[in-house]
Amino acid sequence: MNNKKRISIEDKLFTVTRKIDTESHIKVDQEKFKKDPNPAILYICPSKVYVKNEETGECIVNFENCLECGSCQVANRDYVVWDNPRGGTGVIYKYG
Amino acid sequence: MEEKFDCIIIGAGPAGSAAAITLAQGGADVVVLEKGESPGSKNIFGGILFTTVLNKLIPNFLESAPIERHILRRKFGFIFDENETSLEMRSEKFNRPPFNNTFTVLRSQFDKWFAAEAEKAGAQMFSGITVDNFIEKNGATVGIKSKGGDELFADVVINTEGANSLLAERAGMRKLMTPHNRVLTVKEILKLPKETIEDRFSVERDEGASVEYFGGAVKGMKGSAFIYTNKESISIGIGCTMDEMIEKNSGPNGILEHFKELPTISNYIKGGELLEYSTHMIPEDGYNNLPKLYKSGLLMVGDSAALINPSLYHEGTNLAMASGICAGKTILEAKKRKDFSEKSLSQYQRKMEESFVLKDMKHFRKFLSFITNNRQFIDDYPKVFMEMLVDYFTISEMPKKAVRKAIIKKFLKNINLLRLLYDMWRSKGALV
Repeated sequence: MNNKKRISIEDKLFTVTRKIDTESHIKVDQEKFKKDPNPAILYICPSKVYVKNEETGECIVNFENCLECGSCQVANRDYVVWDNPRGGTGVIYKYG
Repeated sequence: MEEKFDCIIIGAGPAGSAAAITLAQGGADVVVLEKGESPGSKNIFGGILFTTVLNKLIPNFLESAPIERHILRRKFGFIFDENETSLEMRSEKFNRPPFNNTFTVLRSQFDKWFAAEAEKAGAQMFSGITVDNFIEKNGATVGIKSKGGDELFADVVINTEGANSLLAERAGMRKLMTPHNRVLTVKEILKLPKETIEDRFSVERDEGASVEYFGGAVKGMKGSAFIYTNKESISIGIGCTMDEMIEKNSGPNGILEHFKELPTISNYIKGGELLEYSTHMIPEDGYNNLPKLYKSGLLMVGDSAALINPSLYHEGTNLAMASGICAGKTILEAKKRKDFSEKSLSQYQRKMEESFVLKDMKHFRKFLSFITNNRQFIDDYPKVFMEMLVDYFTISEMPKKAVRKAIIKKFLKNINLLRLLYDMWRSKGALV
């Protein structure tokens, strides 16, 4: 329909200020993740926090990409535990 | 030393600040804890703030609040494949005070301003504090524990943690969030020159426009896409129910990109420079599945209590502020009685039932389930109607009488007329 190239999520994330914590606020149970044939977090997450390592089958968690919507835990409660980042860290929206 | 406040408010959003202003004005000792680095830094919404409640708290808010534009024009449209149709509305009535109480704002800036108003009223504001748990004693909430391990105590805690309220889940105040009761949204703010916005959306000065599309605009899902005009930017986004995104293996960003590429939409936004990408969940639990609003020592307000009008009104922040005021008033009364028991705080529920918040939510309680069970309203009906229009205005050498006949024949083939009439009759209780 349109030949214009879409802007990637990575480029979109450049526009959001984030104060990255040293520790991840997200935990994924890898064994349960590996058993899920079609993990929703891989496409539901708006900021591509979750990427599947095709070699090991494990889930790579790029927690520094997180925009804190919480949808991952709602989509895959079985194996995603999402907690609030520590106070003052994480997303700092300028416009909102 | 154990410090004790009259009230601890978790979250400096519209609900939290409205409650803080109400309590501080009533002479209560109130503290607001915000997890972001400053108030507003983690807060986003689509873009339209309804101000009937704000107007009661701060009557002259137009003089100091960071308002972008008032909404003069509203457009609702359907897009399916190559066809599009829309309804546009503009009223000069909306072009003078109180401007239909409908304004675009950028939440990080607005919430910062609103929190500062709460501070001016006498509330204490602490940012960078994430609350991890409530402190319970004999079944009553008596304080909070922060992620850093600090403890604070109060007669009442107000939870305004927002849509993704982990505290409410942990405290058993509401059922677990599921893909069925959560809408997931993504939004972009695109910078455009003021003149370009005004030309493209047919507005001038502080006038603004709201554009909403359904159907194929969001890949036929339950949800909608929107564009709202700010002063020198536009907010463009989509929101759809998560269960359907999962069913169709379709992420929110892809739906937004699809929307942006539609011919009408790409004309609105071309040349826009991305200023910020954002995302948020909307709690659509609905009136019949509302969280528990109160217990001994604890009140739930705003998104954390799923106070959302799910209909075409899309009201959230207005309901949040109203619930904040009801919570504040309830606590001031309870303070006089020196009684913060569940029974005493049940006055909050009563106040909410008397306000437009629960009245509107009750009125629209069937909205989402009606659409879920009657997809023809966002699918077949608009599709067939649009095809009729397109066929009618397609120029050919076919005699117009024959064209009309063919259209009616096609219509009756595609739509069961009795069913349509029955559906229309049924829909008035659920949709409008």
